[in-house]
Amino acid sequence: MIPLSWYLILAALLFCIGLYGVLARKNAVAILMSVELMLNAVNINLVAFWRYFTPGNISGHAFAVIVFVVAAAEVAVGLALIISIYRRRKTVAADEINLMKW
Amino acid sequence: MTGMQGVFLFAAGLILWAAFMMVTRQNLVHAAFYLILALFGVAILFVLLDAGFLAVIQVSVYIGAISIMMIFAVMLTRGDVIEEDPVNKNYGWALLLAALFAFGLIILVGQWPAIASLPGAFDTSRDLAAELGVALFSPEGFVIPSEVASVLLLAALVGSLVVARRQKGK
Amino acid sequence: MSFWSDPIRVANEWLNGLLTDLLPQAWATLIGNVIGVVVVSSFGLILVIFLIWLERKVAARFQDRIGPNRAGPYGLLQTIADIVKLLTKEDSIPEKADKVTFNLAPIVSMIAVLLIWAVIPFAPGWIGTDLNVGVLYIAAVGSFGILSILMAGWASNNKYALLGAFRAVAQLISYEVPMLLTLLVPVLLARSMGMMHIVHDQSLWFIVLAPVAGVIFLVSSIAEVGRTPFDLIEAESEIVAGYHTEYTGMKFGLFFAAEFLHAFTVGVLFAILYLGGWRGPGAEQYPILGMVYLIAKSSIGYFIVMWVRSTLPRIRIDQMLDLNWKVLTPISLALLILTAILDKMFAETALRAPVLLGANVLVVVLSWAIIRVLSRRSRRERKVFKKRPEARAV
Repeated sequence: MIPLSWYLILAALLFCIGLYGVLARKNAVAILMSVELMLNAVNINLVAFWRYFTPGNISGHAFAVIVFVVAAAEVAVGLALIISIYRRRKTVAADEINLMKW
Repeated sequence: MTGMQGVFLFAAGLILWAAFMMVTRQNLVHAAFYLILALFGVAILFVLLDAGFLAVIQVSVYIGAISIMMIFAVMLTRGDVIEEDPVNKNYGWALLLAALFAFGLIILVGQWPAIASLPGAFDTSRDLAAELGVALFSPEGFVIPSEVASVLLLAALVGSLVVARRQKGK
Repeated sequence: MSFWSDPIRVANEWLNGLLTDLLPQAWATLIGNVIGVVVVSSFGLILVIFLIWLERKVAARFQDRIGPNRAGPYGLLQTIADIVKLLTKEDSIPEKADKVTFNLAPIVSMIAVLLIWAVIPFAPGWIGTDLNVGVLYIAAVGSFGILSILMAGWASNNKYALLGAFRAVAQLISYEVPMLLTLLVPVLLARSMGMMHIVHDQSLWFIVLAPVAGVIFLVSSIAEVGRTPFDLIEAESEIVAGYHTEYTGMKFGLFFAAEFLHAFTVGVLFAILYLGGWRGPGAEQYPILGMVYLIAKSSIGYFIVMWVRSTLPRIRIDQMLDLNWKVLTPISLALLILTAILDKMFAETALRAPVLLGANVLVVVLSWAIIRVLSRRSRRERKVFKKRPEARAV
């Protein structure tokens, strides 16, 4: 039997690795990937809470599915933006895309 | 240690190792492959949590669609497949923040009394996919969120087409 | 029940008894499962040896040749000879290749196909694991195939291999859409995603209720396998050999074997989803008969795949994308919606089959008419060519 804490700690660590990736990586695609890690950490928590506290109610699944949908939408738009930026600026490094910076 | 715990520890180790490799690799395509490994580990966790349907969705959405798109985007923006320096100049602060965040979350989780609770009995013959379908489309359930989600998907589809399309004459 | 009517169950019970005598329950279950996995996957791998011979024979007949006839009776041992040749070849890895990914890609490609066999119901009670989301599982593991091609194309560090991988992703992801939509039609008709349940529900074969969906499923599956006429991913006249340009020896052999097994798996899936799987007279009492029926029905789909392969030339890349996005996807979307509505309306009535069949015919006629009108209009709008610049002596 696995106590709930194992899942929560794993999810916390995964979330923080993702957070580090988002803050520290240069490449915009890598930042998007790190965001996916964070979303997955959230999903682990959602499903673990569903299994441990309300297995009779399907809401945990519904939440997780909506997170999937948001992740897919986010990646589609994000990658389209990155490709569009790459065409104009010939770079995908997030700190070189600084036209709007003052 | 039971078999379940062994599988959990294996999956957890896989996820954390792959996630760490993903954020530190210079080669972006390698990072994407490590991302796939991490996402696969999460699918194993879903199976352990008796959510087989979500595990299959995880594989088909994340590995089948999202990761492939990521690799594709990396290859299309080919100039920077291998970065000399994968991190920006703020990585120290990022590391500090992430470590603080992890520390805080674990402390917070540790103080919660329900932390050691064990999973109850579960009827594995339930058809969760059918239950989920009913919940997503019944007025008592999540019909509004799921409709909003589908509108979001449609908007993302149209939006990404518009953004990524080559302008005429260029 | 005698051994010959249901060998798998008898063997399984004997093995189970043996293992539980020797070991604690948990270990016995684990070892039993591992043996099951080994049996199913070696069945698939051994089948490939036969399939390659069969396909070469059939293709030869289509081209008015004899085909392999030297090694063994009817050339049956030809594949074994080929395997020996492949195994003794030099295993070359390009110097600038990404070694780990390069070596991993053929394995992933084989695994992607073998994983499908885990949910194939061979006969009543003969199934690796009867997942209640079996159909979705097939879609999910199919994505590993795309991944393997991408890995191979990128890791080879070769222009043509990468081009092949790009084409592969464009083609496979596009054709996944109509394939998934037509996978859902039997799911709607059987009201379950479990493979066993879908087979049980086909007292009337689904090909009768949804013939168009069946055809679209077959076409898009051929595209998923990447065979002629959809073999743009390895078009030898344009991009050498596509993603497996740099592979030699048994690594190439694995890609090759995975493709053949995948083609047969397409036949098996078509048989299960649309031709009633193992159903047939006496299959319930004698499961081994069910296996025979399934193989026979799968051969129909597999033969069509081979037939198409030896008959049609390769299509252009714009035709390939047009066929998918302008024809197959809209038709399968319309079919899915129509099937959902009509099947709900006429459930449990005698009208169900005729109405569904009529809806299919209607969709075909309508889409044919739309295509005719549109193509005529585009022909009218087509402009007269400008006068081409001519080369002149100055």
